[in-house]
Amino acid sequence: MRNLLRSLRWLVASVVMLGLIYPLLITGIGQWVFPFQANGSMVQYQGQVVGSRLIAQQVTLAGLFYPRPSAVNYDANGSGGSNLGPTNPALIQEVKKNLEQVLHQNPGVTVAQVPTSMVESSGSGLDPDITVHDALLQVPRVAQATGLSVDTVQNLVRQNTRGRFLGLWGVGRVNVLDLNLAVLKAKTETAP
Amino acid sequence: MTVQGVAAILVTVGLIFLLAIPLGGYIYRVFMGQRSKLEGVFGPLDRLLYRVIGVNPAVEMDWKAYIRSLLLVNFVMALFVYLIFRLQGVLPLNPNGIHGMSWDLAFNSAVAFITNTNWQSYAGEQSMSYLGQMVAVTYLQFTSAATGVVAVIAFLRGLVGHRGTSLGNFWVDFVRVQTRILLPLAFLFALLLVGLGLPETLLGAQAVHTLSGGTQIIARGPVASLEAIKQLGTNGGGFFNANSAHPFENPSPLTDVLEIIAMALIPVALITTFAQFIKSRAHAVMLYGLLVGMLLVATFIIYGAEAAGNPIVHHLLGISGPNMEGKEVRFGTSMSSLFTAVTTSTATGAVNNMLDSLTPLGGMVPLLLMMFNMVFGGIGVGLLNILMFLIITVFLSGLMVGRTPEIFGKKIESREVKLAAAAMLVHPFVILVPTAIAVATKMGTSSMLNPGLHGFSEVLYAFTSAAANNGSAFAGINANTVFYNVTLGVVMLLGRYVSMVAMLAMAGSLVKKAVIPESQGTLKTGTLSFGLVFIAVVVIVGALTFFPALAIGPIGEQLQMLSGQLAH
Repeated sequence: MRNLLRSLRWLVASVVMLGLIYPLLITGIGQWVFPFQANGSMVQYQGQVVGSRLIAQQVTLAGLFYPRPSAVNYDANGSGGSNLGPTNPALIQEVKKNLEQVLHQNPGVTVAQVPTSMVESSGSGLDPDITVHDALLQVPRVAQATGLSVDTVQNLVRQNTRGRFLGLWGVGRVNVLDLNLAVLKAKTETAP
Repeated sequence: MTVQGVAAILVTVGLIFLLAIPLGGYIYRVFMGQRSKLEGVFGPLDRLLYRVIGVNPAVEMDWKAYIRSLLLVNFVMALFVYLIFRLQGVLPLNPNGIHGMSWDLAFNSAVAFITNTNWQSYAGEQSMSYLGQMVAVTYLQFTSAATGVVAVIAFLRGLVGHRGTSLGNFWVDFVRVQTRILLPLAFLFALLLVGLGLPETLLGAQAVHTLSGGTQIIARGPVASLEAIKQLGTNGGGFFNANSAHPFENPSPLTDVLEIIAMALIPVALITTFAQFIKSRAHAVMLYGLLVGMLLVATFIIYGAEAAGNPIVHHLLGISGPNMEGKEVRFGTSMSSLFTAVTTSTATGAVNNMLDSLTPLGGMVPLLLMMFNMVFGGIGVGLLNILMFLIITVFLSGLMVGRTPEIFGKKIESREVKLAAAAMLVHPFVILVPTAIAVATKMGTSSMLNPGLHGFSEVLYAFTSAAANNGSAFAGINANTVFYNVTLGVVMLLGRYVSMVAMLAMAGSLVKKAVIPESQGTLKTGTLSFGLVFIAVVVIVGALTFFPALAIGPIGEQLQMLSGQLAH
């Protein structure tokens, strides 16, 4: 009985300390010191919130770069991967469909050039990055659709490429939303 | 595999040790009651909590009193969290209008968090209110980690005690592990994570107008505070369905490295704590060498298998490269492989890639690491498992060379061996029996996503993960059914508490024994040769018990994949 009472008193004290004070303190300090990150790295364009730079969004315009395929159709309220196993026929179907789409969208690109990350779904369904190779394959299409020169678009890819962290961790990559905003900016600057 | 990829893995593992060894010494000092440099902060907080709970910190407990308090407070906390899950729909801090959980899902989830498993039959962004994420998930991620730590500390006191009965005071240990270890670490780590891009807000999901003219609802919330203790406490239950693959939980290679270090930190540190308790550096060196060896072998097998990619995709579609299905570009294969090996070694269960989409060999390694359940292992309980295997090894070695088995100066007798064997055997039992039932019934098989051998692996993985209190999944399986919620819940409870009670009972019997000084006739247990016997015992027990199941699942599927056959 005494132990039960102690357990209940511990419950109240610890829920307040660990379940309320701790997260609320982090929220308070986080909102104060890092408001951009703490609210989800939301990015504005022309006065409107157009997305989070950490979250992939569906792209349907040929003049923008496409993110990796998403098994959840870029639903940022329902993340996830396909969970298809390596010998599942559905996996082959899915990759085949994505591959056909990539080839259709980017005339001139051959099967052997396509990296696996470009046609295989990401883990979160919201992977904000593509590989540099993936971006370069899309450059001719984006250039044609926007009227920008191939050189200009290639430069934008280069400017938005981030290398490995300290040259060691991770993979060289391009953030698709950053790159697309740079493309839009370049387009407005060159527009008559 | 690339040079940078291999170097990234080795440097990360090196960093873990750089941080964990000093922390291990600190943990030892916390439980020896030594004053901290921040005693002015910790001291009053501890005393306040003792007063609120109503305990006299000077009282000592024998093993029965210790485990009784442990189990009772675990039960009370689990019940509270169960009610939160049921009622979250009508409770505050629910800006996204999430509903309460069904009874079976709430049972499964409450058990998952109290047992440090963090199995999730639900998707966080759709089924958990902010209140649930804070006072249920984040909360139990602290207390379940603390429960693991105090259990092994009590055991170590039994190991070094001389003709005594006391294992310490449960409440004092339980308070101190929160105030002096978990809370300060989580606080600093959470702030760092916010700075590195994790959201920490009470605002609801944000609707945005995308560049292509569509709308996207972006879920967010108090993520960083959960993420910090999720990793540090070897919990693994994510804020979002995609866990640490989600860019809001793990936005960059840097956060990935930090999250890997965080989940290994305390399990690795506790081996130093253990060595300080028994005053033997040799044991720490021996265990570190062997366990790191196992971890690296595991990591490089996954890395090799994933970097080689899926030959069927290559043959049928003509593209080649690493297996990127279920992986994120920013981590690549190298950091995905290390994360996978560390999360299943340390019983964390967080994932930064979808394990269901790994190649069969790449998926077998995490399965095996959970079957071993002692490559560092979960916070506290991992070291308990290591000690259990050490005791079984010393018993077997004693039989082989004809000596009375003794370890750390304590005679190992019939009672200890029986308890160790019970703790050891419960693990395969609660994996293989439910797996057999699930694959033999429609209730079990109808939840599989993938056909053929991979479907079997999904079920085997689920019960292995539950038994090892890991929480990672071959997540294609639909576990949110009454059958899986209940069976997995029961397996998690048995996997957690049977061995914990058995080991504390053993501590209760060890503490009464006299410490025998080392002599010529003592079998040296801190040596490489003893360590190799120890690994052999672990591997034989693991391999022999689980080999048939592994043959049906990942081994069979690997052969199938190499021969280019699809399942049907």
